[in-house]
Amino acid sequence: MSGLFSPRAWNKIWIYRGTFLLGLTNTLKTAVVALLIALLLGIIFGLMATSNRKILKSISRVYVEVIQNTPVLLQMCFLYYALAFSGHSPGIIVTGFLALGIYTGAYMAEVIRAGIESVPKGQFEAAQSQGFGYAGQMFYIIIPQSIKVILPPMTNVIVNMIKNTSCLYIVGGADLLSLTYSFVTGENTGGSYAPAYIVCGVIFFLICFPLSSFASMWETSLKKRDQKVFQNGTPKEA
Amino acid sequence: MAMIKLENVNKSFGDLHVLKDVNLEVEEGEKLVIIGPSGSGKSTTVRCMNFLEAPSSGHVYIDGTELTSKNKTKVVRESTSMVFQQFNLYPHMTVLKNLTLAPMKLHHKSKKEAEELAYHYLDIVGLKDKADVYPTTLSGGQQQRIAIARALCSQSKIILFDEPTSALDPETIQEVLDVMIKLAKENITMVVVTHEMGFARQVADRVIFMEDGQIIESGTPEHFFNNPESERVKQFLGKIIR
Ligand SMILES: Nc1ncnc2c1ncn2[C@@H]1O[C@H](COP(=O)(O)OP(=O)(O)O)[C@@H](O)[C@H]1O
Ligand SMILES: [Mg+2]
Repeated sequence: MSGLFSPRAWNKIWIYRGTFLLGLTNTLKTAVVALLIALLLGIIFGLMATSNRKILKSISRVYVEVIQNTPVLLQMCFLYYALAFSGHSPGIIVTGFLALGIYTGAYMAEVIRAGIESVPKGQFEAAQSQGFGYAGQMFYIIIPQSIKVILPPMTNVIVNMIKNTSCLYIVGGADLLSLTYSFVTGENTGGSYAPAYIVCGVIFFLICFPLSSFASMWETSLKKRDQKVFQNGTPKEA
Repeated sequence: MAMIKLENVNKSFGDLHVLKDVNLEVEEGEKLVIIGPSGSGKSTTVRCMNFLEAPSSGHVYIDGTELTSKNKTKVVRESTSMVFQQFNLYPHMTVLKNLTLAPMKLHHKSKKEAEELAYHYLDIVGLKDKADVYPTTLSGGQQQRIAIARALCSQSKIILFDEPTSALDPETIQEVLDVMIKLAKENITMVVVTHEMGFARQVADRVIFMEDGQIIESGTPEHFFNNPESERVKQFLGKIIR
């Protein structure tokens, strides 16, 4: 009854389509809130990484390395169980926001650092020599130039984060994958393994594929445009 | 009172002692040319004047105010501009935006005032027709003239030039020097690192020669051409004067 070609299994999924929709909504909600947290952390730690202060650089480095070199599942368990045992349980939903936000923030920070570092030093110096303070430099001169370097990889980070909502399964989340799992193992609903996972995968694919294709197209077109600028940039006589 | 004063300025990069107790005064309206071999500390000296490099020890005074890490943004904004070897125009803005950004955002000028100012200085550098193009579409000489116009738009009393013609094709060097010569007729204080001795002869009130982080000779351009004291200066000039 769990077969890929069993009409009954597929029918059951159609009947319980609300479950999948709910999972999708939860996943997207988690993704949006976590994205905001990640952006905030990414901007703060990305700027710290590019500052002249050694101490700020080091703090940023530690955050990025610790987060990127431990499993996100572990980070979720840590937040959820460790905090729960210490009497400060943040709850599953908040755990999802925080864990994914903190995890993704480390990748955002790296993307933002690389973007800022892609701007030639002379641009910072020109801005300083005109009397722009840090905020003015960043706002008028550096960010507008680094944004095209930042946005394509940032889109990829977002795609990964959407997929990573499925890790909430480990703490009993209500995201798309967790609900799919509950569905196939449920007493009344159980059994439709293959169709259910296919549907779950298709939903993820439909969200992530357009985003990542968009990111890579964007990157290609930016590269082409830069080449054009470079050609135009070869000296012409006055 | 000196417009720029360096007092016992030392600068080290790690173990490398780059400026060694440099003392220098530049008067208001003076045109000072700095020459010397590569790596002798010319750029570092000029960059200490607007705190792109903070001295490791010693004092820098601009128009009577001691420059510190705390007040540098304000003092630099009000009193100095800089022209770089690599132009450093903002590539994401048109020429006009490059020129109006600081006047509007830092000097509280209206868009109209800032644009009038920009067109005035574009006219002086002979590039009024390039206001709406992006800098990367221009030749090196044109970009440097735009950079000079941008520096002028701040209407500061001091302009620092760090080898403004060294990155240029030989045939575009003169157009930039011509603009600088024109500028030198104004009462603006100019500090110019350059190896263009023709330019030095024409505009400099004083030339200083740096070697190994120290000023080893100082005098009028004529002094340097006719009877420099140090052997080292003679050697150097022999190499660069064509
Ligand atoms: N940011 C820096 N970090 C380390 N060393 C530097 C830095 N800037 C300059 N130096 C060194 O200081 C010395 C003087 O440099 P500079 O002032 O640029 O000389 P010049 O302009 O006369 O060629 C050189 O040996 C150079 O390598
Ligand atoms: Mg130099």
